[in-house]
Amino acid sequence: MIEVQDLTKAYGPVTAVDHVSFTVKKGEILGFLGPNGAGKTTTMRILTGFMPATSGTARIAGFDVFQDSLEVRRHIGYLPEAPPLYPDMTVEAYLDFILRIKNVPADKRQDRIKDALEKTNLVDKRPELIKRLSRGYKQRVGLAQALVHDPDVIILDEPTVGLDPKQIIEVRHLIKNLAGNHTIILSTHILPEVSMTCDRVVIINKGKIAAVDTPQNLTAQLKGGQRIHIDVQAPEKPLRELLEKIPGASRAQVTSARADGHVTATIEAAPGKDIRSQIAAKIVQQGWPLYELHGISVSLEDIFLELTTDEEAHAQPAN
Amino acid sequence: MRSLYAIYRKEIGHYFVSPIAYVVVSLFLLLSGFFFRLYLSDAVEQSLQMEVQSMRFGGMQPFDAPSQILRVFLGFLALVILFFLPMLTMGVYAEERKRGTIELLMTSPIREIDIVLGKFFASLTLFAVMLLPTAGYIFYVFLHSDPAPPLRVIFAGYLGVILFGGSLMALGSFLSSLTENQIIAAALTFGAFLLLWAIDFGTRGTGSATGQVLQYLSVINHFDDFTRGIIDTSGLVYYLSFIVFFIFLTVRSVDSMRWRRA
Repeated sequence: MIEVQDLTKAYGPVTAVDHVSFTVKKGEILGFLGPNGAGKTTTMRILTGFMPATSGTARIAGFDVFQDSLEVRRHIGYLPEAPPLYPDMTVEAYLDFILRIKNVPADKRQDRIKDALEKTNLVDKRPELIKRLSRGYKQRVGLAQALVHDPDVIILDEPTVGLDPKQIIEVRHLIKNLAGNHTIILSTHILPEVSMTCDRVVIINKGKIAAVDTPQNLTAQLKGGQRIHIDVQAPEKPLRELLEKIPGASRAQVTSARADGHVTATIEAAPGKDIRSQIAAKIVQQGWPLYELHGISVSLEDIFLELTTDEEAHAQPAN
Repeated sequence: MRSLYAIYRKEIGHYFVSPIAYVVVSLFLLLSGFFFRLYLSDAVEQSLQMEVQSMRFGGMQPFDAPSQILRVFLGFLALVILFFLPMLTMGVYAEERKRGTIELLMTSPIREIDIVLGKFFASLTLFAVMLLPTAGYIFYVFLHSDPAPPLRVIFAGYLGVILFGGSLMALGSFLSSLTENQIIAAALTFGAFLLLWAIDFGTRGTGSATGQVLQYLSVINHFDDFTRGIIDTSGLVYYLSFIVFFIFLTVRSVDSMRWRRA
């Protein structure tokens, strides 16, 4: 549905997007993850035809975003970073205007408006002026605007910004429900959002793609395998020696030692090995009381930080 | 065409739902009503004096009061328009850019020309709405004059005002598309139009080639003919090409927003 090839955008000497390539299949939700200023918005603006790329190509529904911009724009719904609202319009009049500029025939407009209002939970705000709505509602009107004409592709730039936690859950739910019939790209810098809503994640940093995969694979793929946290009442040095001798443990680190004898430590296991039972057995053998032992599942957060902070170091040899 | 109409509808709504239209139209009508009364009593007094003089001395030209009123009043309208229209056009694009709604328009399946024409026709409509009552004043004078001058004189006069105002709005819209700041847009429009108005001031009455060119370029010179009830082709061509030229520039300017953003 969406094919992006070597997309590059330079603002004078600054390269905002640097040879970005990815594809999105029909019905898929793709998350665009990256710190602020990573090039998420620029990529989305190129895809929507709002600005041209410096080089590279992007195709939506088979149409080139630059050559057949008008045709591409017929297939997309787009929520920019700041929802593009007319404060003097009512919610209904606004959505009607959107349907008109998206060329939706008159007999379908009422149904489409009703549908979009229901999906975004705005039914009771229908006759209200947009300028009187709170920020969360405005954001939802922006969202309604992106999907009211039932486009094939929906592009959402930070769709949950400005919403309260309950609304965020609603919007994520809504986005999940839209997938299948619609192909969705959404950008965010909030990590849980990606693992909760997206089928695939593109991690982008400083204009370059750092990783593309499913959230599960990214989590599994982290170097070093599993990490185990323990809390034992034991002398520090012998404990460390003991832990280091366990086969399969690649690194043991004492993280804190308290006056009452409690020591906490993390052990990194080699990939694919579960050494939790061995650790427990060894400690109990020594007669040390074991208070806590649990595996730390690596969050997307760790991957994200690793990928985006190690970027500099990895970039050099790669070139 | 449908998209053009959608933009037109939205713009009209923007003018008439917000207070803009009401403030501008009522102030304009207040001013024009006040000055019309002034010109009317002036002309009546003048024509009475003329009548007295012709009775005393005989053989004087009859005084054409209605045409006199039309000319002076339309001249006054042109001046008021110079102050009012920049305020109507200053936000046309600047506001969309500032609010980010231009991003919505430019990622929707509509062409730039539809956006520009829709907006232009909407501001032209508002202008016509604010002018219409003043045509009523003139019509009233013509109705009560004896002999009544032909109504096509009013038509020609108001065609001139619409063309003159349309030029000003085409220029104003273009300048609004260059900036995010409405004050800058209004000041530029006012300044540029005043300059075009006064461009031939030094050369009036001289027959030099430059003088003639400048006189042709001046936006107000062609207006005079219309106020006399004459539809002059050169004036018609001048204003229409002025409008088309600036609409063209606006389309280019809106299109170039895609490239300029840095």
